[in-house]
Amino acid sequence: MKIPLIYNIRSLLRRPATSLATALSIAFVVLTFVGMLALANGFQAALVETGREDNVLVMRKGADSEISSSITREQASILRGYPEFAKLPDGRPIATADVYVVVAKPRVNGTETHMPVRGVSPEAVAVRDEVKITAGRMFEPGRGEVIVGRGMVGRMRDTAIGDKLRFGQQDFTVVGHFEAGGGAFESEVWGDAESMMAVFRGPVYQSMTLRLQDASQFDAVKARIDGDPRLSFDVKRESQFFADQSNLLSNVLKFIAFFVTTIMAIGAVFGAINTMDAMVSGRGREIALLQTLGFRPRSVLVSFLIEAVFLAFVGGLFGCLLSLPINGIQTSTTNWQSFGELTFAFRITPQILLQGLAFAVVMGFLGGLLPAWRASRQVVATALRKV
Amino acid sequence: MTRGTLIRANLKRRLRRTVLTVLGLGVALFLFVTLKTFLHTLTTLGDVGSETRLIISNKLGIVFDLPLAYRARLSTMQGVDKVSYATWFGATYQEPGSGFFANFAIDPDTYFALYPEIVLTPEEKQAFMADRTGAIVGVRLMERFGWKLGQTVPLRGTIYPGEHRFTIRGVYHAGKKGFDQTSMMFHHRYVEELVRASGGGSTAGWYILNLTDPQTAPGIASAIDGLYENSSSPTRSQTEKAFNLNFVGLYGNIGFFLNAIGMAVVFAILLVAANTMAMSARERFGEIAILKTLGFTDAAVLRLVVAEAVVICGLGLVVGLGGALIAFNVVQFDMGGFIPGLSVTPGIALVAIAIALVIATISSLVPAWQSARLQVVEALRFVA
Amino acid sequence: MSLVNVRGVSKVFHRDAMEISVLDGLNLTIDKGEFVALMGPSGSGKSTLLNLLAGLDRPTSGGIDIEGNDITKLKPTALASWRARHVGFIFQLYNLIPVLTALQNVELPLLLTPLKKKERREHAETALRLVGLSERMHHFPRQLSGGQEQRVGIARAIVTDPTLILADEPTGDLDARSAEEILQLLSRLNTEFHKTIIMVTHDPHAAERAGRTVHLEKGTLLNTEEMNAVNAGAGR
Repeated sequence: MKIPLIYNIRSLLRRPATSLATALSIAFVVLTFVGMLALANGFQAALVETGREDNVLVMRKGADSEISSSITREQASILRGYPEFAKLPDGRPIATADVYVVVAKPRVNGTETHMPVRGVSPEAVAVRDEVKITAGRMFEPGRGEVIVGRGMVGRMRDTAIGDKLRFGQQDFTVVGHFEAGGGAFESEVWGDAESMMAVFRGPVYQSMTLRLQDASQFDAVKARIDGDPRLSFDVKRESQFFADQSNLLSNVLKFIAFFVTTIMAIGAVFGAINTMDAMVSGRGREIALLQTLGFRPRSVLVSFLIEAVFLAFVGGLFGCLLSLPINGIQTSTTNWQSFGELTFAFRITPQILLQGLAFAVVMGFLGGLLPAWRASRQVVATALRKV
Repeated sequence: MTRGTLIRANLKRRLRRTVLTVLGLGVALFLFVTLKTFLHTLTTLGDVGSETRLIISNKLGIVFDLPLAYRARLSTMQGVDKVSYATWFGATYQEPGSGFFANFAIDPDTYFALYPEIVLTPEEKQAFMADRTGAIVGVRLMERFGWKLGQTVPLRGTIYPGEHRFTIRGVYHAGKKGFDQTSMMFHHRYVEELVRASGGGSTAGWYILNLTDPQTAPGIASAIDGLYENSSSPTRSQTEKAFNLNFVGLYGNIGFFLNAIGMAVVFAILLVAANTMAMSARERFGEIAILKTLGFTDAAVLRLVVAEAVVICGLGLVVGLGGALIAFNVVQFDMGGFIPGLSVTPGIALVAIAIALVIATISSLVPAWQSARLQVVEALRFVA
Repeated sequence: MSLVNVRGVSKVFHRDAMEISVLDGLNLTIDKGEFVALMGPSGSGKSTLLNLLAGLDRPTSGGIDIEGNDITKLKPTALASWRARHVGFIFQLYNLIPVLTALQNVELPLLLTPLKKKERREHAETALRLVGLSERMHHFPRQLSGGQEQRVGIARAIVTDPTLILADEPTGDLDARSAEEILQLLSRLNTEFHKTIIMVTHDPHAAERAGRTVHLEKGTLLNTEEMNAVNAGAGR
């Protein structure tokens, strides 16, 4: 015979302060959990959503990021010459050879970070067609002009249209802003490769990105590049490259998320055990009565367990609700793998919310187990004597 | 027996509840203190830097090099008594992503003089100087990978492609608390040869200068920067303290988030613990009524209720704050060497104590006030 | 001069919007060394009167002098101190503190005195000896029978040597034999140790132990004729 759920709900409502406090404490744990996972997820999403399956990104062999890589003009033109790559209507390969550096620049609040600056080929926008100008216009090569990604605008100094950014000995005028579908490029400043070469590291590129005619051709093209004695490249799909760039920091963030919330959860579970314990103690006579009426000890156990889980679930629900305003809040940090600043936004997904709820349920279950077991083991006679 | 006996007896009555409350409090306070300590250490990383050392790097950023030729000019600057230089190597060990560690090339003839914090036995230092492909490794790094003195370690170059094999000739310790013990250093000549072989020029990643008088730092810094302002490699000079702080700044908003988490933790603790203790106090209305019939005043009863709460919070503090103090200040846990110098400051400890007191107050106040309002004769009905 | 002088005391309770008058202009004097039984039907205000005498409640009007001191004029803190020194209360349901042993329960009121720890313990042991529970002094209430618990209650009531012992249905929850033991103890306290005892009871058999019985009905004391009528009715 199952004890009706309404009994549990009414019992919880009879001790409003206690029930509320327990539910709230679980809500806060879930809030922290969801918030931190959303941070990690947002960071990872910014990178994972960067790049295409059918773009190939090459760097010098052994380089673990664009900063450490260098590609000569000769190597670049050799690779451009491969017929496998897609071409624009005018016959030029859809390819860009990039200069990539990170420059120490101040954020708006004065703290310093490293601003990624990318010098690109004229075909770059064809290669990365998610890039769209949102304000102003595209830069013209050789005119000392740059465009700034939407993530950097308003976050770094001197990024408004008309402002001048100084790199080395040269000033570059910001002539436009661009967006890139929420991906990593939005945290960059783009100019033309030749000008950037002059200002930074001289006549070397850091990476090349080329469009395949079809994504399935990746393996074949990679094999050809690997086998080419004139070149010494690491070849990856562009999407894969950027996804890999997110590993370190997102793993660290996720680890911190689980570490912190687990500890908080332990505290919350202790609290839940106490609360449920008190509830069980206070309802000794009720339990005895229930058993006298014919409900079995097991039903009592299940009933109290459900009560605890229900309370925790409500708390978890509330925590998830509280977390929703966090979604979309923008922040930025240094991605240690690329060494450049990356802007991203907290991103809550249904999956994260479900994880939060599951976490709450587990906490409720653990918290309610011991007291529920105690309740079911209560000897009827002793309890009734107190009536 | 004393009033203390009564308090103790009540705490023991529901021992599991008391233990759980204390543990819950302790765990949450531990987390709070840990977060705050972490934050504090991050922001004061600059304090580890020396006041007399100046770091000269490329104005564009740390990823850019400076000409080795600057060395001569910098050595002759007034107020500078030592000059050294180093270059970031950035190689990885085993699989990429098997764990980052700092590895860079130094000029051993001048570097050790500038960094007395690097403590090496004279024999090991000799061995290192004599071996062109030798390396010295920080003691924590040795522990992490289980390396042995004399072992040859293969590294995969990233900036300098190919495999590089270095033989560990010395293991260094930090002569000053908080100084990094997780790096690997080898000869600058080795890197210079690599660069020359691929047709590059002679460069250094950054220079380190020692000043005779730390007060002169700003002046000398701007003098150097002014000197190279219009060259092809302009410099940016700052004290080592400022340089370290910049690295902290790279983290961005992390301080804000850690603070926010800390607050959420505190709030959750408050709720759970206060509620549990208030529950306990409420259960004893009957007992309070008896005490009042015996002639205990409202104030006396309040004192007992508060005392009990203080005991619980005090124990929680011992577990939480005490645990953190042991972990960081005594055992000196430092996350595998990544965050040296983690230590709970008196300020943080005081905040933790204050939180415990607040919880004790709030959780005893409400039931105490309730019991005061309760007429004794009504309350006697609460007694079983 | 009498020890206790109740002057025109009225007590009105408010429950929700209703006013319930429990005591109505009651007068009563009690001399030192008396053993008085307070009897009356349920709701007549016996327990209320006892609580007023103990200073646990205040009358709506009227005054109560104990040893010449009008306790209705005392502030709560002073009242508490007064109660600690002058009153020993015995409850129907014993009201022992469950987490303390018998000895510790008896020591409890002594915490409010300037006595030292050793002295407190000695006084408590003496009181327990007097009620015949020396072998059980380290037992917890749950390990004692009802009668034994009440004896601890009595020991606690006398340990401070109070001016007045107030007992509210002390045998109400006990079986006949235990009740007899308790009543004998109370008699002894009165005859041997000259304690002034006021006992509320509904049991005429218990009231016989007292030197004087007063009847309460509907908030006032019955006079002698009314009392005789009640007694006659009770004997029917």
